Amino acid sequence: MNLILAGVNHQTARVDLREKLCSLLPEADVSYPLLLSYPGIREVLFYTTCNRVEVLCVTEAEAEAPSLLSGFFASHPDITVADLAGSLYLHRDQEAVRHLFRVAASLDALVVGEPQILGQVKSAYRVATEHQATGPILNKLLHKTFSVAKRVRTETGIGDHAVSVSYAAVALGKKIFGDLKGKHVLMLGAGEMAELALEHLQSQGAGRIVVANRTLERGVRLAERFGGQAVSLEELESQLLNADVLLSSTGSASYLLTRQQVRAVMRRRRQRPLFMIDIGVPRDLDPAINDLDNVYLYNIDDLKEVVDENLERRKAAAVQAERLVAAETLKFMDWLATLSVYPTIISLKEKAQAICQAELKKTLGHIGPLTPEQEHSLAVMTEAIINKLLHDPIIFLKGNHHRKRGEAELALVRRLFNLDPIIQEERPDKEK
Amino acid sequence: MAKIFLSLTLLAYYSASALSIAYFLAQREAFCSWGARILGAGLVAHTAALALITWNLGWLPVATLGESLLVFSWTLVAAFLLFFWRFPIRVLGALAAPLAALMVSAGMILPAGKAAIPPLLKSSWVVVHVGLTFMGVAALTLAGLGGLFYLVQERQIKTKKFGFFYRRLPSLEQLDALNYWCLTLGFPLLTAGMVIGSLYAQYTLGSFFSFDPKEILTLIAWLIYAVLLHERLTVGWRGRRAAILALCGFGVLMVTFVGASLWWSGYHSFGSFSGTP
Repeated sequence: MNLILAGVNHQTARVDLREKLCSLLPEADVSYPLLLSYPGIREVLFYTTCNRVEVLCVTEAEAEAPSLLSGFFASHPDITVADLAGSLYLHRDQEAVRHLFRVAASLDALVVGEPQILGQVKSAYRVATEHQATGPILNKLLHKTFSVAKRVRTETGIGDHAVSVSYAAVALGKKIFGDLKGKHVLMLGAGEMAELALEHLQSQGAGRIVVANRTLERGVRLAERFGGQAVSLEELESQLLNADVLLSSTGSASYLLTRQQVRAVMRRRRQRPLFMIDIGVPRDLDPAINDLDNVYLYNIDDLKEVVDENLERRKAAAVQAERLVAAETLKFMDWLATLSVYPTIISLKEKAQAICQAELKKTLGHIGPLTPEQEHSLAVMTEAIINKLLHDPIIFLKGNHHRKRGEAELALVRRLFNLDPIIQEERPDKEK
Repeated sequence: MAKIFLSLTLLAYYSASALSIAYFLAQREAFCSWGARILGAGLVAHTAALALITWNLGWLPVATLGESLLVFSWTLVAAFLLFFWRFPIRVLGALAAPLAALMVSAGMILPAGKAAIPPLLKSSWVVVHVGLTFMGVAALTLAGLGGLFYLVQERQIKTKKFGFFYRRLPSLEQLDALNYWCLTLGFPLLTAGMVIGSLYAQYTLGSFFSFDPKEILTLIAWLIYAVLLHERLTVGWRGRRAAILALCGFGVLMVTFVGASLWWSGYHSFGSFSGTP
């Protein structure tokens, strides 16, 4: 029983292939029956994220599976097996487990620590279970994957630090206000990055949104998009009275707000905290504003610095996470190794049972009539004998965690008890 | 018997301190919730110990510095748990629990002399005076500790240098809310305690205010808090200034509590209750 993972990701795929990644595989309704119809494939799961497509399977046919999987990838009408030659990667067993852990923990992502990937793997797993494509091994593996990803997140803090300017602004806002729910946002001017930040703020539950723009028409359009209200730039100071967050991104050549103005406004606001984000270049807000109490002014360079620092932190966290993943991979492989002894244990028990039943029948046939109680005690006795006899071999098998030597020992046990009589008969030395 | 309960209290407070500090460093939920539970268990043992001591003495044990520390740490832990339950400022335990643990340690080490209590002070009014003042001071202590956190966090956000504390400390708004609530609860309690004390002094000694060092220092602290509360409610002072004033007030209160009895003497001094009032 082997684990094989095949996939294409943003790093291995050529541009033309990368564009098709998302729609590379057919729908689950088509894919799963197809994958499960391949001979030797016991359990299977595939997942698609924006940057990767991967298929993970448990198979008995270790040699044939790779070609089956690449054939599956080539089921897309525009792609041939030759197209995939350089892009498709294969991981087996331990490498496959490690790869899955790294993907789910977002260590293999374009931006390390992105939180969405785990969710995508989770929903892919849900779809796979709906199609009954997973079994005991993948179920265990995926649950382990989710817990590893969660541990990586909580123990290394890999996703704690914002790595985009707009998200860094939101994270700062949370450290100032605690919660952005219901906070009023005033936006000066318009611009892609400011709009992105506004979107983030709104997704965090920001309350009323007011847009002040030089050209009112553009302001109105923007305000409509965010369900807010448009005002003219002349109303800036009065609007500032009610705002909690000010997002500024105008093309103005001079400062729109000076320290004096904000100071006066703060007094009228009764010192309620004000968070100002100045994304404009050149700057829209006087940097001296930051000296005022309860006003926190961040410009684009400040935010970029925060982001750079956070990227460094993520790298450090990733090193720690890799260690965790490596340890968990070994643990899972140990579990997988113990799994391989179960068929042997079962056939050992079955063989002993069969011998016991046969001998019991023979004995009962010639020692004459016995009372049911006597017959029962005989059965109990023989049962006890085989259990005691098999106890030590079974303990030996179960405790056998050594990956390399384990297989040889398992084979020895099977030979010792002659559990594979067909193979035994084929052995040439037996015929001699 | 009281000793056993006190030892249990001490054990619980130190364990809770370790857990709270571990929570502060590692930010794992479990540390925090177990820290609070153990602190709560410690409070139960503490209550039992104080009840036994009071029963034996026949009097609330506030005659010596050590005894007072035992009573004060009890109010501090009680106030902390009360605030902990209402406010999600979990890291505060990393300061409050060790403070309480140190106070109990000091209370156990310092000689618990059998101070003779003059009949003048054997009045339930004195108990009310001490009780209210201690409760007020406990709430104001939490305000001071919260102020310390506020200043650290505010500094990091203002200077845009995010260090060790940034991720671990709560938001400015939450810390400021703690300051506000502790102040609005602690100040009236302190005031009531002081008013009852001075009324009792007028009734027994014939003067509201005797220029006892403890009285003077407490009045200074009271004035600091009065200014803070007034400015908060009228002009909307908050944030850094509120945190600094809360810390100043806390400092004066601590000097009053410990220093007033060690450096100066007066009828409020611990262990000198037998002296002239």
